[in-house]
Amino acid sequence: MFPHEEKLIRERLGREPNEVEKAMLEVMWSEHASYKSSRPFLKLLPTENEHVVLGPGEDAGIVKFDDETWIAVGIESHNHPSAVEPYGGAATGVGGIVRDILCMGARPIALLDPIRFGPLEKERNRYLLQGVVKGIADYGNRIGVPTVGGETEFDESLDNYTLVNVACVGIMRPEHFVHSYVEEAGLKLVLVGNRTGRDGIHGVTFASEELSENAEEEDRSAVQIPDPFTEKLLIEATLEAVYTGKVRALKDLGGGGLTCASSEMAGKKGFGAVIYADRVPLREPNMTPTEVMISESQERMLFAVREEDVEEIGKIFEKYGLEWTVVGEIIKEPRYIVYWKGEKVADLPIDLLTEVPTIEWETRPYSLERDVETPKISFSDAFELVWSSPNVLNKRWVWEQYDHEVQGRTVVKPGRDAAVLKINERYGLAFVADGNPNHSHLNPYHGAMGAVAEVVRNLVSVGAEPLALVDNLNFASPERPEVYWSFAETVRGLADAARAFGLAYVSGNVSFYNEVVDRPIKPTPVVAGLGKVELEKIPGFGLEEGLLIGVVGSTKRELGGSELYVRLGLKGGIAPRVNLEEEKANAEGILEAIRRGLLKAVHDVSKGGIAVALAEMAVLGNTGFTADLSKVPAETSNPLEVAFSESHGRYIVVFPEERLEELKALFRHFAVIGRAGGSGAVFLWNGDELLRKPITKLREVHESFPKLLGEEE
Amino acid sequence: MVKFAVVVFPGTNCDFETERAIRKAGAEAERVWYKTSLKDFDGVVLPGGFSYADYLRAGAIAARQEIIEEVKEFARDGKPVLGICNGFQVLTEAGLLPGALRPNKVPRFICRWVHLRVADTETPFTQFYEPGEVIRMPIAHAEGNYYADDPSKVRIAFQYSDEEGNITEEANPNGSLLNIAAIANENGNVLGTMPHPERASDRFLGSEDGLKLFRSMVEWARK
Repeated sequence: MFPHEEKLIRERLGREPNEVEKAMLEVMWSEHASYKSSRPFLKLLPTENEHVVLGPGEDAGIVKFDDETWIAVGIESHNHPSAVEPYGGAATGVGGIVRDILCMGARPIALLDPIRFGPLEKERNRYLLQGVVKGIADYGNRIGVPTVGGETEFDESLDNYTLVNVACVGIMRPEHFVHSYVEEAGLKLVLVGNRTGRDGIHGVTFASEELSENAEEEDRSAVQIPDPFTEKLLIEATLEAVYTGKVRALKDLGGGGLTCASSEMAGKKGFGAVIYADRVPLREPNMTPTEVMISESQERMLFAVREEDVEEIGKIFEKYGLEWTVVGEIIKEPRYIVYWKGEKVADLPIDLLTEVPTIEWETRPYSLERDVETPKISFSDAFELVWSSPNVLNKRWVWEQYDHEVQGRTVVKPGRDAAVLKINERYGLAFVADGNPNHSHLNPYHGAMGAVAEVVRNLVSVGAEPLALVDNLNFASPERPEVYWSFAETVRGLADAARAFGLAYVSGNVSFYNEVVDRPIKPTPVVAGLGKVELEKIPGFGLEEGLLIGVVGSTKRELGGSELYVRLGLKGGIAPRVNLEEEKANAEGILEAIRRGLLKAVHDVSKGGIAVALAEMAVLGNTGFTADLSKVPAETSNPLEVAFSESHGRYIVVFPEERLEELKALFRHFAVIGRAGGSGAVFLWNGDELLRKPITKLREVHESFPKLLGEEE
Repeated sequence: MVKFAVVVFPGTNCDFETERAIRKAGAEAERVWYKTSLKDFDGVVLPGGFSYADYLRAGAIAARQEIIEEVKEFARDGKPVLGICNGFQVLTEAGLLPGALRPNKVPRFICRWVHLRVADTETPFTQFYEPGEVIRMPIAHAEGNYYADDPSKVRIAFQYSDEEGNITEEANPNGSLLNIAAIANENGNVLGTMPHPERASDRFLGSEDGLKLFRSMVEWARK
């Protein structure tokens, strides 16, 4: 807490807060819990449209899929804990977002895990990757929620650090919707699930500061302990309780523990709460009221039910072997009161906990974009560099450790543009997450717009109409004027792009203070998107013998932050600009082509440009191609720029020749660049060969990710 | 209509889709909490998941619950008993199937579509397959490396194979003896499979090869 905030609290109370109150206030006024530095900007995001049932403000957002089906969606970061203790940090991140979805009354049906690390040459970074992946796998697999995708990327700026984001979707019937807040006094507060221990004490406060050099030793106690077994029981018991219709409000205990869950539940509509902290079942002896109130022990939920329904709900928990206790009640007065063994140990106006004043930090614009000359290296050297980049390699090693098939819904599997989950016999839900910190670093506004554009392209590439977005904003300290400016620019970009597509953000998360020993991370907005797709219409991804290959969209000299420049160690350049009008027109064109059945396969062009997109389709389809890059609609005639530029708004489409005329008419920029077939990838320029590679060689490199970890397979 | 119980232990997580697949195969199915009696059912399925969080050994604690005594009666009476993934682990732990499932050769969880060759079409679960037929299903386990002291006595139902049905080392995802993916008891009415047939029972999910297993089982129970 900052001195001016402490002063404000003293003035409001007319006294010093006592020890318990101070700890609770510190937790609630932390950046992580209060969004005090981000709220003024987040207001700019569009949050409403015809698909939105519930926008930001509760534990998850809700989107209408059809009259009988709603989808709850949320996204979270667990960066700080994962950097200190990768296994537990990542696992509890999964647990937290799953409970956020659950407490809306939805059954969690899929997870995405966008994760980022420092270079794998360093042992510490390999350790972080292995721990995070194992943490996600052990938790997600055991609770039976498939992890169906997410990015895995590497950047030198993340050395000795990690960004672990996790998004979750759940499915629900409208009548099972439960709010996170109460609307009547007298309700009993039932705490169910794991016992409360000393883990995760001050977790949100720790997540609201930069990590020091000795974080691993100092901050272990702020990381929670994962217990997926209890979480699975909690999922089933909670849904069974929700289906009785007797749950008046429901929240999970995450950051800020019991204090946060109960004060937000009570305070949102102006009620208060009394908590009997000594009734909370404890994992260890001699815990103090302060520890009980702010512990972030996992796998706990808080139910508000009427007194006459407590027994019935309690029986459900007992069936699943879960411990439950009435720990308090909702009162009419807007106060937050805590008792400990009959003694009042805290008594605060509840809004002092839940309505934290915002802070606006100083902003300072910067520009890192400098036009640099595209280096004169051979096409084949450039291709080797980019194709072998850890960011481009197949991440099978990661997603095969995740049970991505459990629940029997995964129609489009990991490794493609977006995952698709079967919702009913006719429709599926497409789900994807994207971010590009290298673009955002150079130009936060266009980087953020680009993240939205890429999400839309990925949804569209599997045939899905975009429905809604959620955002997770990973930034360094907002107290740095450049960082705070990049944050503001990012939100502006997210807002403009979403508006152009008519999309709304239904939930989100902000994680500031991502730095280790004074080294700020790049601005890393991660956007996740949902879409609705007709299962029969989902196009393929791989090349097929004899089909034509077309490029949709215009290629510009936009190599700043590209994978080629990253591999060459080139810091400057101009980041790709999003032309919202063309981006939108091309997305609509692709959807129309899919509706009419014109396409056999589609892939969006992003990291690594057209060269990588084509090579990926060749490897997946086990079919070669001959493509003349000089035919690509482009504002440049340098083969490297055409092949590796990461301009937005582009797709590779694969289709039978007889569909050409109809397809061409759908797009402003469109050209046939070659044909699929044979066993080699052949890149030409005006008929001259740039590169020829057997598919087997391409695959060997593409599947070589385990070697970076020193493994054979 | 014949009716199957899908037993749910704490930590079981493939119960819903297994129930769905059995219904699709033409029988009634009901998820049954492990403290419930199985007396009204014609067959029992132990689905996949992490019963008791794999504490001790995968399947070890579930195999020692009271309900397993009833499952043993089903086995003795010649009624169909199917164990999928964790269910297979429970059946070996309970002594209803021979051998054991050890940690994978590469000791981590692996979720992947595999090819299988049908080695035995005489069991209630495999009667609708052709001898030597090559089918596709996903696996998802960390402990599926099958071992038995005397493999010649094991009734093999499915073996990991390549696309053409060759039983090769490369096609073996977990180090199983003789590429064993699924086995039956001597009588044939108890079957354990590491690959998940319920995840291959819908054309949108990549294959309906698993549905044939449920259809075989339902048809056999009906007679």
